[in-house]
Amino acid sequence: MDRLPGWADAVLVPLVSLLLAAILSALVILAIGESPVEALRIMITGAFGSTYGWGYTLYYATTFMFTGLAFAVASHAGMFNIGAEGQAMLGGLGVALVCLALPWPHWALALPAALVGGAMFGALWALIPAWLQATRGSHIVITTIMFNLIAAALLNYLLGGVLRPAGSVESATARFPEGATLPTLHDMLAPFGISFSKAAPVNISLFVAVFACLFVWVLIWRTRLGYEIRALGYSQTASRYAGIGPVRIVVVAMLISGGLAGLMAVNVVMGEAERLLLNPTEGAGFIGIAVALMGRNHPLGVFLAAILFGFLYQGGGELGLWTSIPRELIVVIQALVILFTGALDNMVRMPMERAYGAMRRRRKA
Amino acid sequence: MEFLTLLQVLDSTVRLAIPLLLACLAGLFSERAGIFDIGLEGKMLIAAFFSAAVAYVSGSACVGLLAGIASSMLLSGLHGLASITFRGNQLISGVAINFLAAGLTVLIAADWFQEAGRTPSLGSGARFVPIDLPFADSLGPVYGELVSGHTILVYLAFLCVPVSWWVLYRTRFGLRLRAVGENPEAVDTAGISVPGMRFAALAICGVLCGVAGAYLSTALQAGFVKDMTAGRGYIALAALIFAKWRPWYALWATLLFGLLQAVALRYQTLELGGIAVPTQLMDAAPYILTVVILAGFVGKAIPPKSGGVPYVKER
Repeated sequence: MDRLPGWADAVLVPLVSLLLAAILSALVILAIGESPVEALRIMITGAFGSTYGWGYTLYYATTFMFTGLAFAVASHAGMFNIGAEGQAMLGGLGVALVCLALPWPHWALALPAALVGGAMFGALWALIPAWLQATRGSHIVITTIMFNLIAAALLNYLLGGVLRPAGSVESATARFPEGATLPTLHDMLAPFGISFSKAAPVNISLFVAVFACLFVWVLIWRTRLGYEIRALGYSQTASRYAGIGPVRIVVVAMLISGGLAGLMAVNVVMGEAERLLLNPTEGAGFIGIAVALMGRNHPLGVFLAAILFGFLYQGGGELGLWTSIPRELIVVIQALVILFTGALDNMVRMPMERAYGAMRRRRKA
Repeated sequence: MEFLTLLQVLDSTVRLAIPLLLACLAGLFSERAGIFDIGLEGKMLIAAFFSAAVAYVSGSACVGLLAGIASSMLLSGLHGLASITFRGNQLISGVAINFLAAGLTVLIAADWFQEAGRTPSLGSGARFVPIDLPFADSLGPVYGELVSGHTILVYLAFLCVPVSWWVLYRTRFGLRLRAVGENPEAVDTAGISVPGMRFAALAICGVLCGVAGAYLSTALQAGFVKDMTAGRGYIALAALIFAKWRPWYALWATLLFGLLQAVALRYQTLELGGIAVPTQLMDAAPYILTVVILAGFVGKAIPPKSGGVPYVKER
């Protein structure tokens, strides 16, 4: 079998997959009697046409970077962490508890504490499935799905009672103190004389997310632990032979994965809603799967794919406002991206490998 | 608890267990053949939409049922294409199918009925109506309330349990299907097509998910609403593990989970031995039980050996 060169595998295959998903989405739009070109135009102006659009695009992208990285780190260890959704929900709980615990004087103090709270709670929610997988062989996909649903029930219970302020009828916590308000991009760019939309929720978490991408790159490719994680992902038996303890690596990789998923809550819960609401994640944990698949589990790829999905989310929302296309179109596009980049990967790769092989043979001849 | 209340709770247990049972059996066929299927949810959802939509347009519940089955089988075929033909990741394919169904149902509903994510509510002709068994009035309340007065799909679903058992354990087809999930090389050596068997299993899975979806929108409720499966596909998956991939156990597992749902639906708070049990705990109970079972502390659940592994024919 001819193997594709590395660059083609990393860049060309996802791009062709994306193109296929885009063509099918265009057909879907045509089928419901709208113009795909017009839809694309609305999406692009909606997402990139103003600082307001950019603000939302980057806000969504921040969230997806965290969940995408979460899925990617687990993938490197050979774990299919479908539980980022639940881990992020618990992360939201952690962030809310931290923010409500003290009358924070300044965000610079509240942010590190909230990061720790979100990451800890997310990681803890990943701990039990990880430990069960590592020591008892319980399939991590099923246990993390179950933990997603348990997390939703837990949040539902806590917000309906214990965490709900007295006299409130809404299932939500009290508003976080003033000092826990994160600076938005508007606040951060204003001193430099750059005007940025005040309404857009993009905030300092964006830089935390970029930093997390760097952190994951260093972790996976520049540390001993990262080497062990990758080795385990390639081959359980070989890594065990090399003296790498699978239990430790599975648990540690899942803790990092859950922690990254939990950090997503800093952006959504602390940066935008400023209180914990029901379903704070809104499926972002699952979008992380698409982002990581698209980005080939590489932090740079995850970064770019997160911006792409940020664009889809913001642009899709605009579509819902200005046309008769419901915003659920994004869900279909997302499904197609997952399908082509993840499940039908070979359908794209096999013909490309064949074409590449034929090309090389002809050059040799 | 009064006798009549008990009967009502049991009655709603049956109603709520039926979609779980059908989806669980669907997953059973697929996973026994070695194909993981976390797309049960999506298949039920799309079937629920198409059965309601077509039943509304045609005015016939049966035509709706067929449309639901067809749509669910289509997604099953897609799952087969990805996971059997192109040897892709079965989990990823399942996730994609769930999203595809969640998005498409809303999109098509908006296009067909100008209502995002719902169909108009169905009249009596377009839904499955309860049937009274003979002597429903004269044979006491247990027979009259609990056994009689369900839709045809309920009886059909119960019938599926012994039929599934018989197919899986007493026919040549069933033996081959189970073998394909345990040791596909052996089946291939015997000259039987592994992809063929797996596609057959997925077709059965599609039919059963289709019936489950149709039941939700044309029997349990009168019409489709967005995300109406509400995680039932995942509960069915949990029940499948609880049942250790066996048809009769699947019946008991889904009835147990149905009971939990029925109790949670009826009582906002439940007093058990002086302690108030929140309904959310009831909601989460199937999932918690599944994790406990998976942990192997209470009886070990051993999945089919070749589950999730694409089969590559030796050269």
